[in-house]
Amino acid sequence: MSFDHRHLLGIEQLAPDDITAILDLSEDYVTLNRQTAKHSDVLGGLTQINMFFENSTRTQASFEIAGKRLGADVMNMAMQASSIKKGETLIDTALTLNAMHPDLLVVRHPHSGAVDLLAQKVNCAVLNAGDGRHEHPTQALLDALTIRRAKGRLHRLNVAICGDIAHSRVARSNILLLGKMENRIRLIGPPTLMPSQIDQFGVEVYDDMKQGLADVDVVMMLRLQRERMDGGFIPSEREYYHRFGLDAEKLALARPDAIVMHPGPMNRGVEIDGTLADDINRSVIQDQVEMGVAVRMAAMELLARNLLASRPDAA
Amino acid sequence: MSVQLFTNARLIDPEAGRESYGNLLATDGRITEIFPEHTEFEQMFRTRNISLEAVEIIDCENRCLAPGIVDIGVKVCEPGDRHKESYRSAGLAAAAGGVTTLVTRPDTSPAIDTPESLEFVTRRANAAGPVNVLPMAALTKGRQGREMTEIGFLMDAGAVAFTDCDHVITNTKVFSRALTYARSLGALIIAHPQDPGLSDGACVTSGKFASLRGLPAVSPMAERMGLDRDIALLEMTGARYHADQITTARALPALARAKRNGLDITAGVSIHHLTLNELDVADYRTFFKVKPPLRAEEDRIAVIEALRDGLIDIISSMHTPQDEESKRLPYEEAASGAVALETLLPAALRLVHAGHLDLPTLFGALALNPARRLGLDCGRLSPGAPADLVLFDPDVPFVLDRAMLHSKSRNTPFDGARMQGRVLATFVAGTPVYRRA
Repeated sequence: MSFDHRHLLGIEQLAPDDITAILDLSEDYVTLNRQTAKHSDVLGGLTQINMFFENSTRTQASFEIAGKRLGADVMNMAMQASSIKKGETLIDTALTLNAMHPDLLVVRHPHSGAVDLLAQKVNCAVLNAGDGRHEHPTQALLDALTIRRAKGRLHRLNVAICGDIAHSRVARSNILLLGKMENRIRLIGPPTLMPSQIDQFGVEVYDDMKQGLADVDVVMMLRLQRERMDGGFIPSEREYYHRFGLDAEKLALARPDAIVMHPGPMNRGVEIDGTLADDINRSVIQDQVEMGVAVRMAAMELLARNLLASRPDAA
Repeated sequence: MSVQLFTNARLIDPEAGRESYGNLLATDGRITEIFPEHTEFEQMFRTRNISLEAVEIIDCENRCLAPGIVDIGVKVCEPGDRHKESYRSAGLAAAAGGVTTLVTRPDTSPAIDTPESLEFVTRRANAAGPVNVLPMAALTKGRQGREMTEIGFLMDAGAVAFTDCDHVITNTKVFSRALTYARSLGALIIAHPQDPGLSDGACVTSGKFASLRGLPAVSPMAERMGLDRDIALLEMTGARYHADQITTARALPALARAKRNGLDITAGVSIHHLTLNELDVADYRTFFKVKPPLRAEEDRIAVIEALRDGLIDIISSMHTPQDEESKRLPYEEAASGAVALETLLPAALRLVHAGHLDLPTLFGALALNPARRLGLDCGRLSPGAPADLVLFDPDVPFVLDRAMLHSKSRNTPFDGARMQGRVLATFVAGTPVYRRA
């Protein structure tokens, strides 16, 4: 097993072998999760704390279920409601929690780099559950697993990532992951929603959905992050939907077997047509959610293994 | 009468643009004569009626003797945040860094915007500090960009320049009036060229690195837009203007054009923008968060070339103390600024060691040009100038340990950095204020 990382902070730090190791282990958990008895005990006795400094329902639930199925003691902390409001700094919060001897910290934070900062201050393994516009590694991994299962491979695919790239940590992690696994990546969206010099990331950039979708194997839609927009990035949602929303007509330009993905939560009628999202022949959106639990179980198991091996009391 | 003779010195003379080995005589705090190598001192003193016993001889051992650094734009956190930096600690740091004149910023809390608060600063500075302190005052009240300060009274109280620091005056009517009024008094205005709309909320320079890190970014064009606007206002008002930091290649042609057109404009750059680039931020290292943000390597090189060619006039430390609490935060939330009084010279010597500049040119930017711009008679190694001097070894290597800094705040980006060259002694008006143990 090649995965020798202490934390999972981003895809940037992972080698292709690391990615494959996580995905291979995830397959076992997909099988386990489909059984009636979904329990393993690889995290037995370990404490997992989910610290979410930003609202999340699905990611937090996914990490919680993943931890519980692996036998960890899982605690959720809704950080917006807690000491942060009382003026405590991120580092103090981290040190306080650290003193309670957690083994796995799952952290989401609205600021890029905040999870890296926190990871420097604690003794346990830290999983980045999304930091600002930076990275969301487990999302990219679950997307990779979904693609690999649907397409039978995770290389030499044409993948289009569409929409609000600028505000998306999902896009950054996916660009890094799919690039490392040697896929062709196209980014499609209005130029106001493209990060600067994004063309230097080994991607092709399109501002025309119809050109961009030609012959792609995977269409990955992103949520329009209205809450992160501090100015007019697009003229209106209806114009956005007209030009960049995914509907059957635009999807017809992709390969006939192209799959449609979305990290959720969806804005139906803004970036994706509702009927299309529910089309079980094209949409793998529900599979992504299922893969999410498996990938998080695998990632936590690998990190816990390294954590236990690094402890002085390890035999 | 106090007489000092600095012997065996490698004299760095920015005014003449050359360096030479020789000896420097100072009397009562002023430079009186420069002698060539191998001077016969006994006879020389006899002809000048100086008794040899009264002369303090400082053997420079062939190390560099240069005019002390004049540092425009130093933040001392009095009043308001004395725990970050006091006049005492800033003075010690300056002395240890070879800075003999601190030109302080008014962006304290409250801002230095009245003659009364300026007098407080002057009193504190004179009581506590071993080096010269010249205060700047705010250009608008509370640095809010709405009403100009009492520029005349503040000048009478000793303000050497007027600046709202990193607050850009967005209302051009207010700014043009302040410039016009300042011109009538001959006051120097220092501004921060930056388009405030474009740079709002940004903490890094846009580009590949910013996109990878997912941080809010500003185009380098915002600096040129700010400078272009200010140049237009200068054409309109004819004021004396200094741009605190020009850090991008894109802004340089505008600056060159303005100088060619005869506007009374000079420009500075911080030592950090000359020696670091955006990639140094690496994994969100907040000690590298400065304002404006660190730039691309091409910008850094372009700015060094502009400095060498004299287009950029002045190097500043932009010394900005911040405590650990304001830096140990996620990058976006962390405070900007870095301490630099003690690292200014070693960092600047990197430019010399890299072959970009010679020592006289460097001290032109560190001492002579800032002194001239402020109308001071220091910054020179000429008879008549104050004996504000720095003795340094340009070659000695060391690894910087921030725990050894004299500043109360130790937010330096150079912690652990390999540097070459350090200050051996600093003199203010002939009096030693620092000697390296």
